[in-house]
Amino acid sequence: MVGYIGPNGAGKSTTIKMLTGILSPSHGTLRVAGIDPSRERTRLAQHIGVVFGQRTTLWWDLPLIDSYQLMRRMYRIPDARFRANLDRCVELLDLSALLPVPVRQLSLGQRMRGDIAAALLHDPAVLYLDEPTIGLDVVSKAKVRGFLRDLNAEAGTTVLLTTHDLQDIEHLCKRVMVIDHGRLMYDGELAGLHEIGESERTLVVDLEEELPPIAVDGARVVRTEGPRQWLAFPASASAAPLVTAVASAYPLVDLSVREPDIEAVIAKMYADRATLG
Amino acid sequence: MVRLYAAVAAGGFRRYATYRMATAAGVFTNTVFGFVMAYTYSALWDARPRLGGYDQPQALAYVWIGQALFAASALFGGGFEDELIARIRTGDIAIDLYRPVDLQLWWLAGDVGRALFQLIGRGVIPMALGALAFDIALPGSPLTWLAFLLAVFLGFVVSFAVRYLVALSAFWLMDGAGAAQVASLSGMFFTGMLLPLNVFPGLLGEIARALPWSALLQIPADIYLGTHTGWGLVRAYAFQGGWALALLAVGRLLQMVATRRVVVQGG
Repeated sequence: MVGYIGPNGAGKSTTIKMLTGILSPSHGTLRVAGIDPSRERTRLAQHIGVVFGQRTTLWWDLPLIDSYQLMRRMYRIPDARFRANLDRCVELLDLSALLPVPVRQLSLGQRMRGDIAAALLHDPAVLYLDEPTIGLDVVSKAKVRGFLRDLNAEAGTTVLLTTHDLQDIEHLCKRVMVIDHGRLMYDGELAGLHEIGESERTLVVDLEEELPPIAVDGARVVRTEGPRQWLAFPASASAAPLVTAVASAYPLVDLSVREPDIEAVIAKMYADRATLG
Repeated sequence: MVRLYAAVAAGGFRRYATYRMATAAGVFTNTVFGFVMAYTYSALWDARPRLGGYDQPQALAYVWIGQALFAASALFGGGFEDELIARIRTGDIAIDLYRPVDLQLWWLAGDVGRALFQLIGRGVIPMALGALAFDIALPGSPLTWLAFLLAVFLGFVVSFAVRYLVALSAFWLMDGAGAAQVASLSGMFFTGMLLPLNVFPGLLGEIARALPWSALLQIPADIYLGTHTGWGLVRAYAFQGGWALALLAVGRLLQMVATRRVVVQGG
């Protein structure tokens, strides 16, 4: 499962449009499952599933189940396989009560689950998700994420996920690609993004009394508030020696370590690029 | 293939069937307009008997055929057209484009479903009421009815093909509302919805009768009235079929160009 992120206008949706064959690239070539998308759009369609978070593939005025019956005809899905896939989606995405409901009456979260099921009935090898959690509440987000994780693990479906919600990425993706203005800025593990971004973890210490900012090697105090102080240190370094150093030199009551915020890392990346550009 | 497009047509039918109030309102509107026009035509044909070659019952039949086909054959435009324009404008067209279907056939099938519903839902009642309230010409033979229905279908396909072109213009114009309005006005005039085309004098009449819009109402009405029989009937069908094929082909060409080089809007 690959996370594909970038600021608004970076070219994420354009990439998906090229990968589905709706747009053809002005330079270079691309292949999806060995197929040139823009030349063989119809053949490719059998192998891919697409969910645009802000659009729906479902028939607006008709019951949800009608759209699925249409997918069955459109992708010529054999009856047994259609049954099995539909049953699985209905169960995992909690759709059974929604099948007879006209799509226009569904909530955004329900509609999104309905759209995801619609994209999967023909067993696509690749699934593109363009902001699948946009506008969803926490519960709906959790449902969608849980389903996608299982899908990736069990069916082995390749998932390309674009999103502004970095929590989606943190929950779902091992590999992340960051683009800006159509240029690839990072491609690798999520963890590696922290190193590139020189991100820092934070050690929060509670002392017995209010003290001036403490001095320890490998960290600097970024904030104090009464007896509590915040120390920033590189995300790649271990917290253990730092804790020992603080505990031996100062009256320590309590401590906690805060992981770096991926949003901060990416915001920094965009900002750096903006100043360079 | 056939089953897919049959399913799309069935969906189009049921979509419109869900809006019962809209259908009732449409029946009411068509009936009221039918009465207004029927009285106007009565006055006109009293003053000028056999105007355009019709006697009064034929002229009145023409009025009610117009009302019956108004929604089904989208004489003033509309139907799928507005929806497709909106999808192009908002970028939702992206969804239609990655599917393993043919765009033109997809929309044609959906619109066939819509037209079939509206012919039954919005056509039959006004026509029946008109026949009860006025002395209108009725075909003597069931074969004439069949010939009429075939002409209605061919006229509908021409109507679809014109509206498809109008809708695709939204790829270039970004907003198809202007084009739709022009097409709607042309439809109002050149379908013969206001006045039968054979009433139009001279060159204007010649042109109006040669344009594709005359396939929508004028030709089906004349077949209903028994004007075209034998080879005349074949010629009328050929005229409709010819325009249908030509316009569908242009639509296909335009669709190819549009999907190849036009930007799909929205992120």
